[in-house]
Amino acid sequence: MSVTDVDKDFDNLTLTLVAEFDAPIERVWQLWADPRKLERWWGPPSHPATVEKHDLTPGGEVTYFMTGPAGERSRGWWRIASVDPPRSLEFTDGFADQDGAPLAGVPTTAVRVALTEHDGGTRMVVRSIFGSREHMERLDSMGAMEVFQQTVGQMDALLAD
Amino acid sequence: MVVGELTDEAVDHLFHALADATRRDILRRSVGGELSVSRLAEAYPVSFAAVQKHVAVLERAGLVTKERRGREQLVRTDPEAVGGVRPALDQLEIAWRGRVDRMSDLLATGAQDG
Repeated sequence: MSVTDVDKDFDNLTLTLVAEFDAPIERVWQLWADPRKLERWWGPPSHPATVEKHDLTPGGEVTYFMTGPAGERSRGWWRIASVDPPRSLEFTDGFADQDGAPLAGVPTTAVRVALTEHDGGTRMVVRSIFGSREHMERLDSMGAMEVFQQTVGQMDALLAD
Repeated sequence: MVVGELTDEAVDHLFHALADATRRDILRRSVGGELSVSRLAEAYPVSFAAVQKHVAVLERAGLVTKERRGREQLVRTDPEAVGGVRPALDQLEIAWRGRVDRMSDLLATGAQDG
């Protein structure tokens, strides 16, 4: 059993997905916390991910690239907003240029992951919100960043087949 | 890297355009294609220039078209382009379903190993 519920909010550009795993919460957390495990599932089979930097602390960064069938690389990064092992992780996700610098003017997205023990296994809720950098900066200046951090970005997910 | 028929750049424009409540409202009002920019501007507590700018962002994203009629420019929402959000979120769902499947596989493999 894996995905048990999906909700798409087209007005707010939000995807909420619920999955259940037949494994203890600590092992599910390790899929996020161990870069060697993360790169085995983050990218689709056609675009496997290679994780370079992996610092799951508030303000920390994860950097990775995905390699396409013709050897082309797309780089991405996460900026960690909050982390509470093994229960939650929030980060902003964005694209980078070939040198790994965040691409200016490209929308970022934010992801909130919540893990709970459920029925002898683990339930994972991923909430993913598309947003633009400008939008987030404006919210930040309004003091609403905490709210928006619950949103998230996954533009690289669009790389999936 | 495409979402359906959209390039990365087009997707960026699309999400930027849709990340604003006023612009989403303009899209809803302009489905009939009978409103000019100045008529639209009357609906919002912002300047004509600001509404004009919103319309330009929507136009760049391919969400609306402008048509000159006499002295006025009428704004029309492109229903097919608006539908572009749906495939984008659908793609995101597909991507996450794939990820969850791979996570399940990894957990199953790990259980056998350990």
